[in-house]
Amino acid sequence: MNRPRHFNPLARLLHWAMALAIFSMLFIGAAMVVSLRYRDALLALHRPLGIAILLLAIVRLINRLSRPVPPLPADVPPIQQFAAHASHWLLYGLMLAMPLIGWAMLSAGGYPITMFGGVHLPAILPHSPVIYGWLRPLHGALAYLLFLTILGHLGAALFHAWVRRDEVFAQMAKGEPK
Amino acid sequence: MPKPTPRGSVLLLLPIALILALIAALFAWVGGWIGNRDLTPQKMMDLAQASGKQQAGFRRAHSKGICFAGTFTPTAEAAKLSTARAFSQPEIAVIGRFSASSNNPYAPDGASPVRGMAVQLKTDDGQEWRIAMNSFPFFAAATPQGFQQMNEAGVPDPATGKPDPKKMQALLAAHPEIAAFQAWAKTALKSDSLGNTQFNGVNAFRLTDGQGVDRMVRWSMRPRTPFVAMTAEQLKAADVNFLAADLDRRLAAGPLVWDMVLQIAAPGDPITDPSMAWPDSRQQVAIGALTLVHAEPQADGPCRDLNFDPLILPSGIAASDDPVLHARSAAYSVSFNRREREISAQNGSAR
Repeated sequence: MNRPRHFNPLARLLHWAMALAIFSMLFIGAAMVVSLRYRDALLALHRPLGIAILLLAIVRLINRLSRPVPPLPADVPPIQQFAAHASHWLLYGLMLAMPLIGWAMLSAGGYPITMFGGVHLPAILPHSPVIYGWLRPLHGALAYLLFLTILGHLGAALFHAWVRRDEVFAQMAKGEPK
Repeated sequence: MPKPTPRGSVLLLLPIALILALIAALFAWVGGWIGNRDLTPQKMMDLAQASGKQQAGFRRAHSKGICFAGTFTPTAEAAKLSTARAFSQPEIAVIGRFSASSNNPYAPDGASPVRGMAVQLKTDDGQEWRIAMNSFPFFAAATPQGFQQMNEAGVPDPATGKPDPKKMQALLAAHPEIAAFQAWAKTALKSDSLGNTQFNGVNAFRLTDGQGVDRMVRWSMRPRTPFVAMTAEQLKAADVNFLAADLDRRLAAGPLVWDMVLQIAAPGDPITDPSMAWPDSRQQVAIGALTLVHAEPQADGPCRDLNFDPLILPSGIAASDDPVLHARSAAYSVSFNRREREISAQNGSAR
């Protein structure tokens, strides 16, 4: 398989759009649970944005699995290679799991799953306090894991761009030269 | 192969670390982990569960409850006021919950200063409306901060076993509106039944009609069963669960009905202050009848695991800027998360 030097345009578009969406989502989530005044407004953003991220993550996963990706430079030490691959798959897992857990958690909590206006999603789990009692803390804990993984990802990207000065950052930042 | 670029200095790890630290600090600040946050729903629920007789798996306030089921039938007038389906669907099945105000789920009914009624309406367009009301005619405080300070002032001083009178004085100086609520609590007559208790949603909401006209309203459930007061002696002597027994007795004989009445604000009425009732002269519209046919204990009833969040609203009904309304929604969510977690840890039961 011919490996390209850069991620394909769809992968790059999804990466940067989702970076913005997921960052917003984490901050909205953190703010809404401690807000006395804006919980409802933030929650009204959190639900549809979460479902949008789920849909984008599915498209992104299909694109990732069906198209060749640029390789890491050969001189990246094996431990860093492993960390890169593991963190990327962890990010994919969390991008898909977080919205699904949020949706499942609202279902188990007996909440309506409102998108916007009168549009609702169906429940994907039965109304159950036992399930809700597990999923609600899990949603919070995985949000912290996602935040830390993103920080690590950003740190590694900047390390490639500023310290190693290899091609890794440009693989996602730029297209193939014309 | 392209020519390798020279490596950057490892000193560049410093700005990288700084960027990551700044983002982490911002996240921690937004999430309330660092910085001095005025009041959070967590702090409100911490205080609620630290006082009284909190039991695991129960609400942090209004812990004692009874589930009920029945129907809501809107009047012809209702559809003129809001596009919400609850104002036009001929008959809507509802479930709900009566409650007593303390956090002790086993408190004697006669000792409860406040009674609550919550209702869930699911309409045939898939939307949902949850309503939370109380027997007081106006809320204790104008703001959640005032309400929290009132609850803090009510905590018994460990030295004397009674609330500190200095704290109560400071409270009334900072939040004078609370005196009106205290006067109500001292003098209001209590009825002999939930079936003849009026419940008021003291917060304002915005209704939007089919022409796009907005109206600010407050609602009440007014019982058709006549009010019969109990004396202080009768309340003291009454059985711990006399309200549940009374409800069963009345429902065995026939349904209980409340008229849901809207009060429509006039310009200048206090929309965002639930401690101030609107004048009785304001236009009132009966928008429907709530008919109760069935009651059951909350322990295994369908109302136990519902969060009657007053901001779960269908389109056509929206929240006002009343800060107490928003704080109720936030606080109920924390209470729900905590008790459902406890119920989960106890394999599905509240005890």
